[in-house]
Amino acid sequence: MNLAIRDIRYHRGRFILTTIGLGLLLGVVISMGGIYRGLSADALAVLESTRADIWVVQQDTNGPFAESSRIPEDSKYRIKSVPGVAEASPLSFQTIQIERQGKPFRFFLIGYDLNGLGGPSEILAGRDIRQKHYEMVVGKSMKMGIGEKIHLGLHDYTIVGITGKVVSSGGDAVAYVSLADAQDIQFKKDNDAIRNDRERIGDNLAGIRILSPVQTKYLKQNIAAISESTHTVNTVVARLMPGANLHEVQERISRWNHFHPISAEEQIRIMTKGMIEKARMQIGLFRVILLVISAVIISLIIYTSTIDKIKVIATLKLIGAQNRVIIGMILQQSLLMGVIAYFIGYGLILLTYEKFPRRIVLEAFDLQVLFVIVIVISMGSSFVGIRKALKVEPAEALGG
Amino acid sequence: MGEIKYAIEVENLTKIYGKGVTAVTAIADATLQVKPGELVALLGPSGSGKTTLLTSIGLINEPTHGKVVIDGTMVADEGWVPGLDLKRLRREKLGFIFQAHNLIPFLTALENVMIALEINHMTRKEATVRATELLESLNLGHRLYNYPSALSGGEAQRVAIARAMANKPKVILADEPTAALDTENGKNVMALLKKLAVENNSAILVVTHDHRMVEGFDRIFHVNDGRLVN
Ligand SMILES: Nc1ncnc2c1ncn2[C@@H]1O[C@H](COP(=O)(O)OP(=O)(O)O)[C@@H](O)[C@H]1O
Ligand SMILES: [Mg+2]
Repeated sequence: MNLAIRDIRYHRGRFILTTIGLGLLLGVVISMGGIYRGLSADALAVLESTRADIWVVQQDTNGPFAESSRIPEDSKYRIKSVPGVAEASPLSFQTIQIERQGKPFRFFLIGYDLNGLGGPSEILAGRDIRQKHYEMVVGKSMKMGIGEKIHLGLHDYTIVGITGKVVSSGGDAVAYVSLADAQDIQFKKDNDAIRNDRERIGDNLAGIRILSPVQTKYLKQNIAAISESTHTVNTVVARLMPGANLHEVQERISRWNHFHPISAEEQIRIMTKGMIEKARMQIGLFRVILLVISAVIISLIIYTSTIDKIKVIATLKLIGAQNRVIIGMILQQSLLMGVIAYFIGYGLILLTYEKFPRRIVLEAFDLQVLFVIVIVISMGSSFVGIRKALKVEPAEALGG
Repeated sequence: MGEIKYAIEVENLTKIYGKGVTAVTAIADATLQVKPGELVALLGPSGSGKTTLLTSIGLINEPTHGKVVIDGTMVADEGWVPGLDLKRLRREKLGFIFQAHNLIPFLTALENVMIALEINHMTRKEATVRATELLESLNLGHRLYNYPSALSGGEAQRVAIARAMANKPKVILADEPTAALDTENGKNVMALLKKLAVENNSAILVVTHDHRMVEGFDRIFHVNDGRLVN
């Protein structure tokens, strides 16, 4: 006869309430694990959807996600000419905040070469960008429709397609425009600013006595052109030819000045180690704390329910019940509490995880590990109760 | 092995609680024998040492001096005989009945009897049959699935008697089994014990402080200040 279940059935109120409470706690533990996995997945989403082998960024930086990086757009020609490189495309990344329905709304804008790498990996509705200007593809999570317009910089951009659930490393929705548009949005100054800059350059040059008027005019044109140029990108990504040696290609690019070629694998390491490591430790710490709280709750409940059963335990001992009968009763209650709470928590998250503001990724491995931890905690938590029970003397069954 | 003459043999049993100046001699030099099928009462005022004697015989209170033999097995000789499995002896040879019925509150009447059988290695099926029969024989057939809290005092005590009888023990020890009952129910319980002693050939030792309850007992011992008087 299973004493554990019969006791629980008789005292169901306390058991159910405690187990639901524990279930909520374990639900939070599960969701935190899922949030961490989600952070990882989000952090790597743009990286992975680009499917590049090498990310060439500004020297001494780990860009373009972890640090800012700027390189000239035309470096793509040099990179493409490296033996082993099949394709090289410039990409521009920027975070943009606009006002939408009276609320700030942030998204991550990717500018890509329409014939190159880094564009939307799938189109769920509408079409790819075809015109060189003023067209836009947005992620589903931006919740915008085809034909809608967004005003960015100096122009309106029309949404022509909807892409999947790619998000930026910060979890923001992603939108795509042509590289030229992205550069305009990022760098192009309005006419007043241009006029001011030109005047300032003119004034400065006029102060230099040794320049002839012709030289001054020539310099002024050139400096203005450079300062108004938008042909800067954040990275040039490259895809290798089949069988090409990644190391050799990296080697060759890094020998040039001004560039840092990062392999996709290194890029993943930079993202996970650098950007989400802290989040991982933070979330990990919270999970440990919550698990400790769960252990304390189970211990407390099992201990108090053992205290309530002292007379029952003494009676069992008196009529000759083996220790395993008594240990079994306590241990099974503890395990039942832990296991049921685990499934309550799991069920809860399964029903709600899609409604969380950040992505939650439930990995079978994480869930299994947590299950084992819950079992271990339940067994450990029953220890105090069991120790108490084993100390009970059969004579305690006598008397009132 | 010859016929066992006594179910309980106690020889010069002394129980001293504590040590030194605080030592209390609860039972001094008690000697008694109970035959199978005999119904014996220990009568005495509160604090006289009745429970101490009963629990020393019942393998839950180690005697300080003297011998205890249960159903032919020497269990105590100047303290417990080493190497005995006291729990096993308790579940195979002894049945206990208490003042408070001591039923397990989260088990039904039937389960309270079954648990005694199951810990003694009876299968659930056999235990169900035996426990049901026992309870029916004690007129509790209509109470099988009730929890103790739903039983009257007399009913609960009869379930406790069924539990004590479940493994057909050679010895039944009852500590004030009628104290929580009214006179009529108390007398019924005593009559039931008498009947069981005869039917099962068990030795039954009943502790009570109520002399009205000891009618029809085979023998009565008086306990006074730790001394046993015939
Ligand atoms: N566990 C114990 N420790 C110390 N003294 C005890 C203990 N149990 C009983 N006594 C003492 O032994 C004496 C006999 O007690 P008990 O056997 O319970 O008497 P009765 O059952 O006749 O009322 C009493 O003086 C009591 O205080
Ligand atoms: Mg007593």
